[in-house]
Amino acid sequence: MTPVLELEGITKRFGANTANEDVSLRLGQGEIVSLLGENGAGKTTLMSILFGHYTADAGVVRVMDQELPPGRSRAAIRAGVGMVHQHFALAPNLTVLENVMAGTRSLWSLRDDRAGARHKLMVLSERFGLAVRPEAHVSDLSVGECQRVEILKALFQDARILILDEPTAVLTSQEADSLFATLRQMSRGGLSLIFISHKLHEVMSVSDRVVVLRRGRVVGERVTCETSRDELAELMVGAKVRRPERRPARPGPVLLEGRHLDVPASGGASLKDVSFSLRAGQTLGIIGVSGNGQRTLGQLVSGLVRPMSGTLMVKGFDMTSADVPRVIAAGIGRIPEDRNAEGCIGDMTIWENVALERIWSKKFSRRGVVRREAARDAAERIIERYDVRGAHVDGRIRQLSGGNMQKLILGRVLESAPDIIVAAQPSRGLDEGAIAGVHRRLLEARDRGAAVLLISEDLDEVVALSDNIRAIVGGKLSPAIPAERANARLLGLMMAGDWTDAQQMEDKDAV
Amino acid sequence: MRFERRENPGAILTMCAPLAAIAVALVLSGLLIAVAGASPFKAFTLTLQGAFGSRLGLSETLTRATPLILTGLAAAIAFRARLWNIGAEGQFLLGALVVPALGAMPFVAALPGPLAILCCMLAAALAGALLLLAPLGLRLRYGVDEVVTTLLLNFVVLLLVSTMVEGLMKDPLAFGWPQSIPVPDSAVLPNLIARSRLHVGLPIAVGLALFVWWVQSRTVFGMRSRAAGLNPAAARFAGVSLGRTLVVVACLSGGSAGIAGAIEVMGVKGYVTTDLSPGFGYSGIVIAMLANLNPIGVIAAALFSALMFVGADSMSRILEVPSYIADVAVALSLLSVLLSVFLAQYRIRR
Amino acid sequence: MTALLDILGSVGIWEAVLRIATPLIFGTLGVLLCERVGVLNLGVEGVMTFGAMSGWLTVFMGGDLWLGMLVAGLCGAVFGLLHGLFTVSFGLSQHVTGLGITLLAASLSYFIFRLAVPTASSPPTIDPFRAVDIPLMSDLPLVGRVLFGQTAPTYLALGMVVVLAYAMYRTPLGLAIRMAGENPHALDAQGVDPIRLRLLAIAAGSAVMALGGAFLTLAAFNSFFPTMVQGRGWICVALVVFASWRPARALLGALLFAFFDAFQLRLQTVVDTVPYQFFLMLPYLLSILALVIMARRARVPQALMAPYRRGER
Repeated sequence: MTPVLELEGITKRFGANTANEDVSLRLGQGEIVSLLGENGAGKTTLMSILFGHYTADAGVVRVMDQELPPGRSRAAIRAGVGMVHQHFALAPNLTVLENVMAGTRSLWSLRDDRAGARHKLMVLSERFGLAVRPEAHVSDLSVGECQRVEILKALFQDARILILDEPTAVLTSQEADSLFATLRQMSRGGLSLIFISHKLHEVMSVSDRVVVLRRGRVVGERVTCETSRDELAELMVGAKVRRPERRPARPGPVLLEGRHLDVPASGGASLKDVSFSLRAGQTLGIIGVSGNGQRTLGQLVSGLVRPMSGTLMVKGFDMTSADVPRVIAAGIGRIPEDRNAEGCIGDMTIWENVALERIWSKKFSRRGVVRREAARDAAERIIERYDVRGAHVDGRIRQLSGGNMQKLILGRVLESAPDIIVAAQPSRGLDEGAIAGVHRRLLEARDRGAAVLLISEDLDEVVALSDNIRAIVGGKLSPAIPAERANARLLGLMMAGDWTDAQQMEDKDAV
Repeated sequence: MRFERRENPGAILTMCAPLAAIAVALVLSGLLIAVAGASPFKAFTLTLQGAFGSRLGLSETLTRATPLILTGLAAAIAFRARLWNIGAEGQFLLGALVVPALGAMPFVAALPGPLAILCCMLAAALAGALLLLAPLGLRLRYGVDEVVTTLLLNFVVLLLVSTMVEGLMKDPLAFGWPQSIPVPDSAVLPNLIARSRLHVGLPIAVGLALFVWWVQSRTVFGMRSRAAGLNPAAARFAGVSLGRTLVVVACLSGGSAGIAGAIEVMGVKGYVTTDLSPGFGYSGIVIAMLANLNPIGVIAAALFSALMFVGADSMSRILEVPSYIADVAVALSLLSVLLSVFLAQYRIRR
Repeated sequence: MTALLDILGSVGIWEAVLRIATPLIFGTLGVLLCERVGVLNLGVEGVMTFGAMSGWLTVFMGGDLWLGMLVAGLCGAVFGLLHGLFTVSFGLSQHVTGLGITLLAASLSYFIFRLAVPTASSPPTIDPFRAVDIPLMSDLPLVGRVLFGQTAPTYLALGMVVVLAYAMYRTPLGLAIRMAGENPHALDAQGVDPIRLRLLAIAAGSAVMALGGAFLTLAAFNSFFPTMVQGRGWICVALVVFASWRPARALLGALLFAFFDAFQLRLQTVVDTVPYQFFLMLPYLLSILALVIMARRARVPQALMAPYRRGER
C-alpha cells in the first residue's frame, strides 16, 4: 500500500525538553491509524509540526510523495490534510457556514459566494451523514454539532487525510460510538485518518493500526487485531504504575447535604433541583460530559456561587449563602478544576499561593499584616511532606510542573485536615505517576474520615476512588449507584441521561 | 517567530533591562535633537546642568517630581489591581480645586497650619477617590470599561475647573484673569529650603510612596489586591472579593492623585487655573510603567521625568530645540521599557 | 422654546452636523477595524493628532490638499504598525501600548510642528478644502447645502462607511477579519495567519483614524495647534461600543453625536444663564451615557484584548 502521508525522522526540541525524537509514521489510503500516548507524550507537537505551526529541528513530512515546506500552515491544508481540533477551533458568534467558509477563498476576492459554499456544505453533510444547520450561530450548537462542524470544515477544504485530536473528550460514549461509525464510513469512502487518543478502548475499537508514543518517541507499532489492551497499556505507560487499592468504606455521619438546590446559569451550566448527601469516610463520584453542571456544582460547594433556592447543610449548619472564607473555616477543602486558572496565581510566590486562601486566619496574619515567616514555614512544610519537586518557597509558582503544582494545591488543602473535600478534575493533565499520588492522598483522606466529593470526567478515576457514583446531566443528578456495580455501558447510559434504562440494567445485574 | 518564557529570568537581567531601555529611548531622542540641528551631546549636558547643575535647578526638579510621585503612585496602585485608572489628570484637578473651595470657609482658614493642611489634603483625597469610584461603579454594575470613562471624565473636570475659575471661585483681585481665589495662608505648605519653591510636599509624597510599598508587600490587603490584578479568577477562588478590593484600590489611587493636586496648589501655585497641570496625570501613567508598578521605583521614575522636563526647559531656551523633546523622550521610554520587560521574560525563537 | 425651534430650523446646524461628524466617522471606523480583529487601539487620540499635524504640514510646505491626506494616512499606518508590533507580534498590554502610542504621537506632533514653525504668535494658516458645489444638487432647498455642500473628505468618510460595511459582511477578507476578533485559533486552523491579518487591520485602521485628524486641519480649520483633537479619539472609542462594532451604526452614532454637539454650540449662544462649559461637557457625558446603555447589550468581539500566540491557549 502506498502511503498518502509520511512523517520521517521528526525531531523537535523546546529548550532542554525534547518533544519529539526521531518520530516516523506512515498512513495508507483508506486506513485509520491511531496515535496513542499519554498527555505530554508529544502527540500534539507532532501534529503541530505537520500543520506548520512549529518547525521541526529535523525530519520531513510528505503528503502523496510531495514534501511539505516547513512552517507553512497553508501547505498542509492545500495538500489535502485536515485537522479536527480537540478544543474546537470555532468562532461562536459566527454562523456554521461562516465558520466553514472562512479562509477558503482568496482574501482579496471581492465576493464571497455564499450560495456556492452553502451548496457544497450541504452536499458534504449529506454524503457523510453529518447533519448541520448552516445559518445557526455556533454558540447555539451542542457539543456534538460543533464536532460535526469541525469535521465538515476539514472536508470543505477538500481534505483527503483527516487528523482527529482526542475527538471523544467531550462526548458521551453513545455520541462517541456514532462518531466512530462516521469515521469508518469516511475511511470506506477513501479518506485516510489519524486518530489521536489516550483511551485504549477507543483505539481498539476504531483503528486498523496503532502507533504508540511515549516521551516523544515511537515505542511500538501494532496492527490492532493482533494486539491487546494490556499490551498497548504497557507500551504507553512504560513501567507499570500501580494505582492504590481501595479499602472498604466506613461511612460516618452526614457531613454535607444539599437539598433541592437551584443555581441559575452564570458562566457555567445551571443546576436544577439538585439534592445529595455525603457521609464522613465516603467518596461520592460525579461523572458527566463536560458542560452539564459539574463545574457549577463544584463552585457551589466551594462557596463561589449561591443557589437561588434550596439549602446546603455542612455538618448540620446552614451554609447556603456562605462565602469562600466561611466555607474554608467550616472545614471544606477545595481542589479547583483548573489549577492554572483558579488554583494558583502564577506570578505570585509559592508561600503566597499557599497562604492566600487562609490569609484572614490568625495563622497567617495579625491585624491586617501578613505573618510572612508563618506562611513561609507552612509552605516549606507542604513542599517537604507532599514531595513538591523543584520548588522554593520564594520562587514563583509558575515554575512548577503541572504535577508538582497539583501536589502543592493538594498539600494546601489537606494540611488543614478538612472534614470535607471537593476535588474537581484532580488529576486532569497529569502523568500516570502523579495521578497515582493524587489518588493515594484522596483515599487516605477518605480513610481518616473525610467526606470526598469527586467531580471528574475520567471514568476510570471515578470508579477507582468512589464509593457511590452519580451522573450529572443537564444540571440534574442521577440516582446513585455503588461503584462496585459500575461498568462502561451502565455509566454511559447514566451520562446520556437514560436513567430508567440504567436502572433497569442495574436491576438485572443485581438479580 | 515564536516567544518562549524564560524559566528563570535572572535578577541582573530584570534590573538592567529597563535601564537599557531608557538608554535606547535617550539615543532615539538624541537622533531627534540632531535632526533639529543641535548637538545631542551638548543638549544632554545642558539638560543635566539645567536639572541638577544649580541649587535652583535641583530644587525645581524636586518640586516638579513631587506631584509626579503622587500621580505615579495613583497609576501604580490601580494598575497593579488591573484597574485602568487613566483619570489621574481629572482627579488631580478636582483635588486641587477642593483646596481653595475649602479655604473659603472661615473655619478652615482659622485652623492652625498643620490642621488646615491635613484637612485640605483629606478633602482632596476624598474628591479624587470619589471621581474614580464613579467609573468603578459603572464597571462593576454595568460592565463599562473604565479606560474610556476615566479618560472622558478628565475633560469634564477640566471644564468644571474652567467654570469655577471664571465663575463662583473667581478671584476678584486677579485683574480679570481666570484664576481661583487663593489658598488661605494657614494652608500654604512651608518651604523646605529658603529661597526656593521646594516645599514639604516632597517628604509627604515620598512618605506616601513608602507607605504604599509597605501596604502592598506586607499587608493582607496588599496581597489580595495583587492577587486580584494578577489572576482574578484564582483570587476569587481564594475568597478575595474583587469588588471590595477594587473599591479600596480606587480610594487609594484616586486619593493619591487628589492629594497630588492639593499639594501642587498649596505648595507651589497658591491658586487654581485651568493650566495648573502640564499633564501630571498622564505622566503618572508613564512613571508607573517605568517603575514596573513598584511604589519605590515610582520615586526614581518621577525624578527621571522631572529631570527631563525641567532640564529640557532650560536646554531648549539655549539650543532652540523645542522643549516638547522631553515629552517625546518620556513617551519613548515608556514604550521601550514595556518592550524591555517583555524581552527580559521571553526569548525569541525562530 | 422658540429659540430651540429656531436652532433646529436653521440650515446651519444641519450643515454643521456632517462637518462635525466627519472626524468622528473616520476615527470610529478606524477604531472599529482594529477592535474587530481583536485589538483595542488607545493610540487613536495621538494618531489623530499626528494626522492633523502631518496633513497640515504637508500642505503648509506646498503640497496638495490630497497629498496632505495621503501623508496623514501613511503616518497613521506607521504608528499602527508600531502598535501592532507591540500588541500583536509581542502580545504586550494593549492598554499601555495604546496610551504610549498616544503620548508618543502627540508629543512628536508638537515637536515637529515647533521645529517647522519655530516662533509664530498666531498659528500660520493654509488654504483648506472648500465645500464642493455640485450643480443643481447643491441648489436644492434645505437638503441641497446640508448634503451636497460639504467638503470632499466628508464624502470620502461616508464612502468608507459603505466600503467597510460591504467588505466586513460580504467579502472573504471581511469574514477573516471578523473571525480574527472572535477566535484567532479558528482562523489559523483555516490556514489564514491571524497575526498578519491583525497587523494589516491595525495599520489600515490607524491610517483611517489619521485621516480624521487631517480633516480637522485641512477642512474644519486651517491651522494646527496643540490639544486640538481634544478627546475626539476617546469619544470614538466610546462610539465603537455604542455602535456594537458595526460600521453602519458607527455612522449613526457619529451623526447623533455630532448633532448634539452642533446643538449645544448653538444653545450656548441662546442660553446664557448656564455657564457655557456645561454645554461643552455634554459630548463627554453623552459618550459615557452611550457606554452605559450599550455595555451589556453589545456583542463584543470575543477575542478583544486577547493576544494570540501560536500553540498557546
